[in-house]
Amino acid sequence: MPGMDTLYRVSALNTAYAATIDGDRLEDWPGFFHTDCLYKITTAENVRRGLLAGIIYADSRGMLEDRVAAIRRANIFENHAYRHVIGMASILGEDADGIRAEAPFLVVRTMRDGQMTLFAAGRYQDLLRPDETGALRFAERVVICDSPRFDTLVAIPL
Amino acid sequence: MDDGATILNTHHWPAGISRVPFWVYQDQAVMRAEQKRIFEGPVWHFLCLEVDIENQGDYRTTFIGDMPVIVVRGEAGALHGFENRCAHRGALIAFNDYGNTKDFTCAYHAWRYDLQGNLCSIAFQRGVGGKGGMPREFDMRQHGPRKLRVDSIGGLVFGTVDPAAPTLEAFLSAPIVAKIKRVFNRKLEVIGRFTQHLPNNWKMYAENIRDTYHASLLHLFFTTFKITRFDQAGGVTISPDGAHHASATIGKGIETQSVYKDQGIRSDSEEFLLRDDSFLASSPEFGDDIQLQNVALFPGTMLQQLYNSLAVRQTVPRGVDGMDLHWTFVGFADDTPEMRKMRLKQANLAGPAGYVSMEDGCIGNFVQRGVAAASDEIAIVEMGGYESESQNTRATEASVRGFWKNYRRLMEI
Ligand code: FES
Ligand SMILES: [Fe+2]
Repeated sequence: MPGMDTLYRVSALNTAYAATIDGDRLEDWPGFFHTDCLYKITTAENVRRGLLAGIIYADSRGMLEDRVAAIRRANIFENHAYRHVIGMASILGEDADGIRAEAPFLVVRTMRDGQMTLFAAGRYQDLLRPDETGALRFAERVVICDSPRFDTLVAIPL
Repeated sequence: MDDGATILNTHHWPAGISRVPFWVYQDQAVMRAEQKRIFEGPVWHFLCLEVDIENQGDYRTTFIGDMPVIVVRGEAGALHGFENRCAHRGALIAFNDYGNTKDFTCAYHAWRYDLQGNLCSIAFQRGVGGKGGMPREFDMRQHGPRKLRVDSIGGLVFGTVDPAAPTLEAFLSAPIVAKIKRVFNRKLEVIGRFTQHLPNNWKMYAENIRDTYHASLLHLFFTTFKITRFDQAGGVTISPDGAHHASATIGKGIETQSVYKDQGIRSDSEEFLLRDDSFLASSPEFGDDIQLQNVALFPGTMLQQLYNSLAVRQTVPRGVDGMDLHWTFVGFADDTPEMRKMRLKQANLAGPAGYVSMEDGCIGNFVQRGVAAASDEIAIVEMGGYESESQNTRATEASVRGFWKNYRRLMEI
């Protein structure tokens, strides 16, 4: 049975993760993951039906770094920012693979002109392991959005 | 009556297909006329995949323009389609995205339909205890939702409401059928579905998927990472009526940036290398050197082959200034695990977060907002001339003109 310490460490990681994206420090975002990892954005319906594709699908930290490089240097979109509200994590289990955890999230998107929308709601399905320094990192973070529909485009990661 | 002639009483459209007035993206009357003349006109619309409705009683619900429809697998493998509207008071007959059923019973008053959409029973038709009930002379055979003609090609199911529409193959034309069958040549398997809401009139996206001119100018991922270039071989094939288009990019995908440097344009951003380009290590699977093939079917369906990333994109209008784009990512049932993994990784290229498609999510809205006060001004569509015949370059807007050629013909506008 995982203790309070695990819950605290996972929650602290989620908080830092949200602050990094929302604070536009995207260059630091890949650092939350192991070199070998899975980051995917999908929908609840795809998960229910066992459909494996995501709108973002990265199986290495390198792919996450490339995502950031593309957003910064190649992709074109109107300025906007996210505000993540990540709920208290549930620690589902802990074994040789790492800690299995899940946390609900809401993301509000604020556009350049001030328009604010509830952009995404869903849950993170995570597998976490410590890195060589002992800090927790994501081996897997699957972003499962409740809605099948994305407004306009998804540039900044969730 | 909202038809082309009435609309032209109050709106002007220069002759030809190389100029497009902005009111066409803004006007409610135009939208109503489109529903009658295009969505319910002699046009075949993508509905779903054959593998979505494999077994008898499997159905999916979707839309033809504003019209909700049900497409269902009937007896002996037959495909049926009908309007998702109860003959009684008009409620949706089915209100899930998909399912399996013996028949369809309307939730409101339990009128029942068979898999072909025939009304086959009415609750309390003879009343209760000899009281109430429908008049004796009411004939169920005279009532029911509008039926579609349904047909399929390459595992893609299409439907049309118009009995006067040509056959599906004739509608698509032989050159386009060949392009479809090049990719959709065996049993498909869905690997994911996503919907993207685009805040623009649906026709802007219909133009966008035919606009080979913008690809390497707006989508800088291509040029930054040298994925596709005008100096590679390729071109566009356009059906004789202009309606459909197939573009191809042939080559290995790696080139110098000299063309852009000479032009001194924005695409000339300094190159940088991907940290992990494993997702671009695609393997040719169609027996040729075509790296990218995009087939745009009139009005708003796009069949995508981006290396090994295969997808169907279906346009559903949502009011004058919005639309939903339904992405169905597919592989083949006989994919190797390696090929399937490659498709998952290449799904990064296109989709709501696609490296080479995300800009299309906002660019139509930039136009929609840009033309807000310019109903009577016009867009210029003259790259590559004034006509809409096939061309061996992608620096052309011939396919966009083709869309308008067919649009004006159908709308009589
Ligand atoms: S509306 Fe369908 S049964 Fe009444
Ligand atoms: Fe595009």
